[in-house]
Amino acid sequence: MSPLDWTSRYLLALSRHDLSLLLVFVLGWLVLGVAGLIRPHRVGFVARILFPLGAVAGLGGALLSGIYLITGHAPEILILPLGLPDLPFHVRLDTLSAFFLLLLGIAGAGISTFAAGYFRSGEGTAPGLLCLQYHVFLASMALVILADDAYFFMVVWETMALSSYFLVTSQHRIPEIRHAGFLYLLMAHVGAICILLCFGVLQGGSWQFTFNAMRGATLTPFWASAAFLLALTGFGAKAGLVPLHVWLPEAHPAAPSPVSAMMSGIMLKTAIYGMLRIAFDLLHVRFWWWGVLMLALGLFSALFGAIFAAVQTDMKRLLAYSSIENIGIIFTGMGLAILFQACHLPLFAALALTAALIHSLNHSLFKSLLFLATGSVLHATNQRSLGKLGGLIRRMPWVATLALIGTLAIAGLPPLNGFVSEWLLLQSFLFTPQIPHAFLNMLIPLGAAVLALTAALAAYVMVKFYGVIFLGQHREPSLAHAHDADWLERIGLAWLAFGCIAIGVMPQIALRAAGAVTGTLLGQTVNLSSPYWSIAPISPGQASYSGLILLAGIVGVVGFTFALVRVVAHGRMRRTVPWDCGYPWQTSRMQDTAEGFGQPIRHMFGPFFRMERDLPSPSDIAPRYRVHIEDRLWRTIYLPIARGVQRLADAVGVLQGGRLAIYLLYSFLTLIALLVFVL
Amino acid sequence: MHPSHVIAELLKLLAASLLLISFAMLSRRRTQRLITLFAWQGSVLFISTLLVAYSAGLTELYYSAALTLLLKVIALPWILHRLIQRLGAQWDSETLVNIPTTMLVGLGLVIFAFGLAQPISRMATTITRNTIGIALAVIFLAFLMMITRRKAITQVIGFLAMENGLFFAATSATYGMPMVIELGIALDLLVGFFILGIFFFQIREQFDSLDLSNMEALKED
Repeated sequence: MSPLDWTSRYLLALSRHDLSLLLVFVLGWLVLGVAGLIRPHRVGFVARILFPLGAVAGLGGALLSGIYLITGHAPEILILPLGLPDLPFHVRLDTLSAFFLLLLGIAGAGISTFAAGYFRSGEGTAPGLLCLQYHVFLASMALVILADDAYFFMVVWETMALSSYFLVTSQHRIPEIRHAGFLYLLMAHVGAICILLCFGVLQGGSWQFTFNAMRGATLTPFWASAAFLLALTGFGAKAGLVPLHVWLPEAHPAAPSPVSAMMSGIMLKTAIYGMLRIAFDLLHVRFWWWGVLMLALGLFSALFGAIFAAVQTDMKRLLAYSSIENIGIIFTGMGLAILFQACHLPLFAALALTAALIHSLNHSLFKSLLFLATGSVLHATNQRSLGKLGGLIRRMPWVATLALIGTLAIAGLPPLNGFVSEWLLLQSFLFTPQIPHAFLNMLIPLGAAVLALTAALAAYVMVKFYGVIFLGQHREPSLAHAHDADWLERIGLAWLAFGCIAIGVMPQIALRAAGAVTGTLLGQTVNLSSPYWSIAPISPGQASYSGLILLAGIVGVVGFTFALVRVVAHGRMRRTVPWDCGYPWQTSRMQDTAEGFGQPIRHMFGPFFRMERDLPSPSDIAPRYRVHIEDRLWRTIYLPIARGVQRLADAVGVLQGGRLAIYLLYSFLTLIALLVFVL
Repeated sequence: MHPSHVIAELLKLLAASLLLISFAMLSRRRTQRLITLFAWQGSVLFISTLLVAYSAGLTELYYSAALTLLLKVIALPWILHRLIQRLGAQWDSETLVNIPTTMLVGLGLVIFAFGLAQPISRMATTITRNTIGIALAVIFLAFLMMITRRKAITQVIGFLAMENGLFFAATSATYGMPMVIELGIALDLLVGFFILGIFFFQIREQFDSLDLSNMEALKED
């Protein structure tokens, strides 16, 4: 027997116990978390031992889910000996959950490795406690993906929200962070209530809360739509879909960088997972207007996120708004998939869903990478404001190089992974004329235009992000002492950057993984028969993209030009000051700033913002320009609701007079009233 | 006359005295007197439970009668006496609502309780079924006492008297609750009583009095 046969047989034997093994990894995370409490203040023990072990568990989980996706057999179900007496916890592994576990494992491994080098003592919560919260967060996200009944799902969903709340508020002595944490918790609860109600509708009168029973329930169109809208609200609040996004730009910057990476890279994807689970698995019908609604919300979020990211001056807020943009793109893909599916075009539905899935995976890679890179920059410089950074490429070459890969990927440039998913999504927009609705046929091409605009704006945002932080000159003298990331942080960053390149160059891997999911959910896959380095989702004659050939082309052209310059031209290198427009002297403050770079966008999309500006007086010797940008939705939607709730609470508060006799009277009167009622 | 008839009549008499004691408690101002009345209520309860146990031939009820004697006639009144002596709270000053009004409200409550008990007693099969209304009335009157008194210690007596009413309702409607539940309630009562006892001292330390109206200051604006 050849070693290859042996390996494949061994893998197959292993894969029959995929679910139990995955649960062992999840349990491992929980054990690591509790182990953090043994020596909560020993950074060496917690960071150098527990976090790397967590990364290994993540890799193991990713490997197992990958094998499951390749071998692709029937779903595995287990009933855990946990839960309430008549309500045990069910877990289930199918291709959809395997795909998202793969995402969680890959991104989680990179983030945990980075975190091993990142967390240090003296920053808010003790490292051991942070380790517990971190691993509980990871484990609960994995269980959200594995849960197979509404009860278990809600339990782990809330565990996820709570553990991440504690992680966000790890520096709880800062009032802004407490405020951000409260807003996050509030939105998480509003979302959870909607999801709970959605499950209540989905059980369809059977009062069985396993997902299996929900798959079998038949709902009237009205109730199916109600369930869909509740799920869209609940999961939209978690994913940061506009207008439920307000917590996201507050909470992500408040958290420590590895946590921001995990929330943005992985947690938002659990909401995508939940939406897919309900829309494509639990609900048995799909109406075209669901897709249109989702598409519209997704496109609006994408554009909104990109525009707001362009005008941010805090690097983590910029990335948070960019997350809103990417979530919008993913929702656009899901909306198109529902629309195509409702119009009985399964192949195109598979294409759009593939785009959404791959974009989820891509976003978890490049956004985690960038958030982690901001963490390194933050530790090196103690600055978050773009206006005080600059020129770090010379001080932090490792972080700068790896972050460059991330920025290129998120900007959607080939041959990196961001291009693959955006290309797939634009491809699926090309097939919208086949939809048998004349009105939609006219409107949806506008959506494609919005998407293209968003992609361009995202590139603009990333030029700003990278240029202002890493290029140019130091804007503050203290930056001269900035140090590069340590080796564990570099490994974490490099792992994620490697993922970005791998999917970009060999897109077929991601396409196959997503194909397994669309095969189960829609019964249809895109064309998967291309070789590893290229994809041709519909047919090779229609459109194809080959990352490897493109990479070879880029390398060839660059190498050729370099050689040409070396050989034909002088070939010597000369360092000199660039042309300075004839000014007698230059300072770093003459460089383009984050505000300056975003100004055209601020000007063009003025109606989106509410701006407050401090203009320095002309005679000021050290002028500082400050602009504060606020979301209009906050004032038009959230503040009125908050005021209403406050008024209502005040009215109820009148009941609470503080007199014991009055309180007793309340219970007495209630008792009498109830007795009269039953009489 | 048949013995069971005698017992039934005796039980009615005991129930009536229970109600009477409840009214007496409502009208008393002295805390010391209130505790004596509470002990009387306990002993009436003890006798009635014994009678029911004898007529129904249930050994379990003998245990619960013994428990009543031990806890409500001897232990709690004794502890309460000690407590008010140490707190120096033999006198309950004024009530929130004046006593005649309280009595009138109490009358209304008794009528309401009887009206309420009618459908229940029609369903009950025990010889004591006519007394359910009285049991409910005892609960209501004890509750009323809790509402109208100011001092923390009378609230506790009201609370204990309410439990007496519940216990009487249980014996009269269904020959008592299962032993486990009864033991649980007895334990709850004891523990609750001790916690409240600790609270008295805390309250007094904080406000220099046991007057509950001081607690309004705790409310947050």
